[in-house]
Amino acid sequence: MTNADAVAVAASPEAIAARLAASRYLADDSLATAIFLAIRLGKPLLLEGAPGVGKTEAAKAVAELLGRELVRLQCYEGIDAGHALYEWNYQRQLLAIRHAGEHEIDIYDDRFLIARPLLQVLRAPERRVLLVDEIDRSDHEFEALLLEFLSDFQISIPERGTIRAATQPIVILTSNRTRELAEALRRRCVYHWIGYPDAQREAEIIMLRSGHVAEATARAVANAVQQIRARPLAKPPGIAEAVEWANAATILEKGGSPWPEAFRRAIGVLIKDEEDLSAVAPELGRIVEEALA
Amino acid sequence: MRRPENLRPAAAPFLGFARLLRDHAFPIAPEQTTSFMQAVTLLGPRSMDDIHEAALATLAPSPDRRGEFEAHFRAYFYGDAKPMTEGEEDDETRVMDDCGTREEETQIARQEKGGELSSALEQLSSRDFPGDADGLGQFRRKLAATLPARRSFRTVRTRSRGTLDLRRSLSEIVSADGDIPSPLLRRRQTVARKLLLLIDVSGSMKLHTADYLKLAHAAVQGADRAEVFTFGTRLTRITSALRIRDREQALARAAALVDDWDGGTRMGPTLLAFLSVPRFSAFVRGACVVILSDGLERGSHAELEIAMRRFSARAFRLSLATPLAGDPRFRPATAALRAILPVLDDLVDGSSLKGLSDFILSLARPAPAAETIWKRVS
Repeated sequence: MTNADAVAVAASPEAIAARLAASRYLADDSLATAIFLAIRLGKPLLLEGAPGVGKTEAAKAVAELLGRELVRLQCYEGIDAGHALYEWNYQRQLLAIRHAGEHEIDIYDDRFLIARPLLQVLRAPERRVLLVDEIDRSDHEFEALLLEFLSDFQISIPERGTIRAATQPIVILTSNRTRELAEALRRRCVYHWIGYPDAQREAEIIMLRSGHVAEATARAVANAVQQIRARPLAKPPGIAEAVEWANAATILEKGGSPWPEAFRRAIGVLIKDEEDLSAVAPELGRIVEEALA
Repeated sequence: MRRPENLRPAAAPFLGFARLLRDHAFPIAPEQTTSFMQAVTLLGPRSMDDIHEAALATLAPSPDRRGEFEAHFRAYFYGDAKPMTEGEEDDETRVMDDCGTREEETQIARQEKGGELSSALEQLSSRDFPGDADGLGQFRRKLAATLPARRSFRTVRTRSRGTLDLRRSLSEIVSADGDIPSPLLRRRQTVARKLLLLIDVSGSMKLHTADYLKLAHAAVQGADRAEVFTFGTRLTRITSALRIRDREQALARAAALVDDWDGGTRMGPTLLAFLSVPRFSAFVRGACVVILSDGLERGSHAELEIAMRRFSARAFRLSLATPLAGDPRFRPATAALRAILPVLDDLVDGSSLKGLSDFILSLARPAPAAETIWKRVS
């Protein structure tokens, strides 16, 4: 899909929201607008939000809606240029030198170049979408490197020269906000903060994501999760956890547990922290009763 | 401000809004203003919501300040009542930089009502410090080697424990005519983290500030990258005064720079003012931050809590050394301390120079979070 096609797909925020829904992702107006602007302005999209609100899923849905392959770069502390840009396959180079004997050989040929995510995207920007996941985990040097990449969309390989993207690639960055990102990075991006959805939307998401959950169950789960999130927990449950809770409770219910009991027994997939669990446990019965009512 | 010739009159409000945000210390770059206007054009705009969405996406207010941003947006585009962000004159925290070239004034929101323990009165006075020897020489010599290290992007040559240095190995091979000698290795270099000392010089810390400044002098002399600030009712950078080798001279110079000796404390607002200066807050990123203060905050501690949370989000390790903890009966029981305890990495005794310098030398060693330690004690 060329960039002209991408622009055609992104005719309006509503068109984006409709296509995202078709790829099973429910975006609110604000997120659809941010995606629309990122595609049309040709800027990277920076998604921030608590863990489990669907940042990575959003990136996958955008790739699907554009009909492109998603190239994911997972960040971690200590990630360096070799993991993000390119590396030379030196074993093959050495073998090739041995093998060549007296012949001349170009050891900086494409065969010996291992393209890492950033280079992969530069080479085929019209077929790929770059996802830089959890950028807040990387060091600030890596952030600076990324900054350079995002402003020029080019990589210099000393042995090969500069590789430029033929067209502007579409880039999505996500951050859990465990640390603050550099202002320069935020400035270059279209920014969107993904919050937790309201109960109704969450119920819709639960039904969309798991085929066999009944509507009443989805609503009850959404309401209960809203209540639980309102408490001061170390790790408030995300959307993914809510979906799993609905799934688990449905399975337990089919196995013979009555409703409120099924929710209580499946709590382990929703709250995964010992202290949180003991804080919520006494009230859980009441929360579930209220949500079911 | 003069409007550029080729800008349509309808665009003026958007420029104005960006300017308004900038006046309230939102970092808005010119390119963000441009994309804001492009975004508005792209979206139609069909309604005020479109403008709102465009502003959120392109001007990127940080989630902490989202409420403030919304208030400004409503005030500007809908003409609602002015948001309550302008403080009175005495709430301006002055940031002083000993380079003498810049003095920034940052306006801080006001919500506190006044407390009993510390007063906000600015008592301006200067003080002299007599010099004496107290074993800080050893601290100074050990510091650079014991500060926590991080891996740098640069690599160094190494004989063992490294990855192959391909470029150099290959050029070796070329120069050896295709022969493969033993491969050369390289390893990522480690560098010491930055050290930031924030010294409370308010009246309640009177007994300790002289010692703290001596420690700060030794730290600046010993560490590769250290910064020292004092805060009371104002914020003063004294690092370059402390770069002078001779301690007495350095301390005399530093003492003259600070205007707010033994005055009141406005810990929250001054720390927020510190963070609002980009190059200061950039220094905090990945640094060891040691705050030397008793943590007694006048009035509401909401700002202190926000400031500490921002510090801890940026810093590698955030420690508060309080002289009050020298008392074995000390517990972090004040509302302010209880509020900031979860974000602190360490809450330690700052009453003796020896204990404090030992603590700074042990920063590289992992320790349980302050909350865990103090929960165990109480």
